[in-house]
Amino acid sequence: MVVAEVRTGREQALRNVLAQMNTGPGQADPGNRLLPFGRFEALHFARFAVLVDATHGDLAAHGQAPASLPTYLAFLGDCDGPGEQQLDEFARVAPDGLGEVFAHCTGWPAADGLAAWLRARNVPVAAAYANWTGRTARRVREERALAEALGRRLRALDAPAPGRLQALRAQLVDFVATERRQGRLRVTPDPPTPAGWWWRNLAHLVAIPLLGLLLLPVLLLYAPLFAWQLRSREKADPQIAPPPALAHVAELATFEDRGITNAFTALGSVKPGRFRRVLVTVLVALLDYAARHVYGRGHLTRVQTIHFARWVFLDDKRRLLFASNYDGILESYMDDFINKVAWGLNLVFSNGVGYPRTNWLVQGGARDSQAFKNYLRRHQVANSVWYKASPGLSAIDLARHTRIREGLERASMSDGEIEDWLRSM
Amino acid sequence: MSKDLDFNDVQGLLRFGYKHHTESAFALLRVRNHAAARAWLAAAPVGTAAKGPVPPTVLQVALSAEGLRELGVPAGIIAGFAPEFVAGLGTDPNRARRLGDVGNNDPARWQWGGPGAAQVPHVLVMVYALPGQLDARLRDLDAHWGVAFELMRWLPTTDMGGVEPFGFVDGLSQPEIDWTREIAAVDQDRLAYGNLACLGEFLLGYPNEYGRYTARPLLDAVGSAATQLPRAEDAPDRADLGRNGSYLVLRTLRQDVPAFWRFLDGQAGGDAAERLRIAEAMVGRRIDGQPLLPAARTPIAGVGAQAADRERNGFTFDDDPAGLRCPVGAHIRRANPRNADLPAGTQGLVARAVRMLGFDSAALPADAVASVRFHRVLRRGREYGQRLSPTQALTATPVVETGLQFVCLCADLARQFEFVQGAWIAGTKFAGLPHEGDPLLGNRLAAPDEPDTARFTMPRAGCPSRVVEGLPTFVDVVGGAYFFLPGVRALRYLATT
Repeated sequence: MVVAEVRTGREQALRNVLAQMNTGPGQADPGNRLLPFGRFEALHFARFAVLVDATHGDLAAHGQAPASLPTYLAFLGDCDGPGEQQLDEFARVAPDGLGEVFAHCTGWPAADGLAAWLRARNVPVAAAYANWTGRTARRVREERALAEALGRRLRALDAPAPGRLQALRAQLVDFVATERRQGRLRVTPDPPTPAGWWWRNLAHLVAIPLLGLLLLPVLLLYAPLFAWQLRSREKADPQIAPPPALAHVAELATFEDRGITNAFTALGSVKPGRFRRVLVTVLVALLDYAARHVYGRGHLTRVQTIHFARWVFLDDKRRLLFASNYDGILESYMDDFINKVAWGLNLVFSNGVGYPRTNWLVQGGARDSQAFKNYLRRHQVANSVWYKASPGLSAIDLARHTRIREGLERASMSDGEIEDWLRSM
Repeated sequence: MSKDLDFNDVQGLLRFGYKHHTESAFALLRVRNHAAARAWLAAAPVGTAAKGPVPPTVLQVALSAEGLRELGVPAGIIAGFAPEFVAGLGTDPNRARRLGDVGNNDPARWQWGGPGAAQVPHVLVMVYALPGQLDARLRDLDAHWGVAFELMRWLPTTDMGGVEPFGFVDGLSQPEIDWTREIAAVDQDRLAYGNLACLGEFLLGYPNEYGRYTARPLLDAVGSAATQLPRAEDAPDRADLGRNGSYLVLRTLRQDVPAFWRFLDGQAGGDAAERLRIAEAMVGRRIDGQPLLPAARTPIAGVGAQAADRERNGFTFDDDPAGLRCPVGAHIRRANPRNADLPAGTQGLVARAVRMLGFDSAALPADAVASVRFHRVLRRGREYGQRLSPTQALTATPVVETGLQFVCLCADLARQFEFVQGAWIAGTKFAGLPHEGDPLLGNRLAAPDEPDTARFTMPRAGCPSRVVEGLPTFVDVVGGAYFFLPGVRALRYLATT
């Protein structure tokens, strides 16, 4: 994620340039002149958002004079492989267009070249979640074509008789084999994951629990003090969740529900003081651990509607940015979270200024659903440009397509498995 | 602070369907003379939820946000209502997109309630009458409110004997309101589907399913507010303008009965039994209202005051995750998926933790939709137009426009009506189903990124699903508005302050 400071007085000009990438409100044209997103094979999603922090003044409730922070332009995307590599490719393919955008930011022009300029502003992601670890954008495309072709084929067959499931599957397997020979369908094997990635992943998998184990005696000793510190703060921290301004909600809604997937970006201040700063750092690290090693097969806890999500600290951890790509209307996204995983939201976001009051870090909070929705909307930032490489597909569709491909590749299936497999087409 | 509910302060529609009052008509009114309008509202003989002898006629009165503004209610008070109510149903293209009100359903094409303040009624008066009593009552009303109001239109209704125009027995499944507040006002997971809903889901001023009070206008308890309005339970020093009131959604849904039966006849190749079978799969019930599923093994809370209710609503979809008996996309399954806060069959702490963390992969597909208790509405619709039997509809066309005056009540428009309509009815990815909206209500429009939303999938055992393709639209929205159905004291307050 590239975070660049917008030059004073240039915000509107920047917004005007960004709008040139769109076909409709916030909806990127994949072939736009400035940054033709559709040309990047490994890209799933991308967005530009001008990070105007309307809630920064809430810090006053903690007795802090809000610092004067710059307005940032955030440029973030979800891609296969290392992010830096994607940035380099952006710089190589669209130097002029990106130049037009970033010319409105401080530090421009890029003395050492665009790629280096972007890398220098690439901020580390504190936690990242991908719906399906390792599912490349190419595989999404190929699996979609495969699933759609199979669905069409299946429906073109005359009312298939019960009891002929094995023969039907053989027919479909043959069909795909023929289509592949003719070059109409592709199933490209994934490129091997670099060995370095595996080693790093393994090290991370082991290191965090090991660290926890090592610190366990200290943590146990600290627990009573922690409980006191937490509870005294939870009881005193101000809740700031008035209904959001109607004009703000109207602006956000203009960008929403243009298709099945929506993009959410929100920004807020971390509660002042070392306690919250350390706590949120630890919790976001644990969240990242869970997202990397526990989830990543179609769901984050019970929530199956998120394609990608990330948590990023800004300004020396004074602020936290959350960005996600989710399916459905915002109301259902919020309710999904409130009803299925309020405890998870509370763990991280209750360290933010104004969050609805929690008890013991997990209870309450988002379960005050109206306050939580107000809080979220107040902190939400409109995306100026948003791109999705696989229009029309929900995260559940992607998982379904993967199951269809896996069904093709299996040596054999039971009748029951074939029934489920056919039902998914 | 009294926990007792004063039924005399609640408009009767929240408690009664007025089924004996088979005749009804809904008046959409605009204020003509402020003083006269206020005087009429201050004295309007609204029927309450208190039980008593059946009156020959009943009035219910609701106000739109436009109406509140017109009556001079201060902006600061109006702002305390739900933002959806304040904005209105047919005024915002973003809301229209979210609710599926695009294409044929576009508010710009509505007969009433569309964009533009002049299209929005100020006051809704619903008149219910015993057989033969309606005409006289309407003449009487017309004579009385001629000075106060200008009549935009009467929405007529037709008694079709509990059957909606397509021919299906309707209005069978309703949440049972917890009038006596048996459900403790605490926030905890419910592990089984229940039909008993917290009072605060339908009446403002009481705890909702989260154990919290839904936002509504709370006023300084001074002057007439102090004397006329009840106090807020959650803020005893404030007067509660919302208490005993509810939001009322009214949408005129025009039904194309010939199109429905003729399309299905084509799909069935003229076979009457097959035609009915597909129709019943689309609705999710037999035409006579019987469920497609057997009764649940354990009783469902809030179902079963009467044997007929147990028979018709004593079921869930837990044992039919694939939709072999009732398709997952069937209308009644979208409108009420009958599920709990955790996947079906969750028992014991370990199972609960495993499922809470999403580790039970077998439970995940059905868990795409959960916690229906936060998304219920109370339906009070009435049919209008001419009833045709399915067989008649194959050859005849109604001589008048036919459909449903859809009426529903809820305390949280965003979380209840808009959620169900937007995410479950109009949504084209309900429960992970691709390519289909509601089989009855869907607008079939290609979204920018979804070319085909006109399918209906009927899973079958032992062979591939039957997929009905190219569904036309059967129902168009042709009017609608959001109203506030105030408590009686709140109505008087709004009319006199």
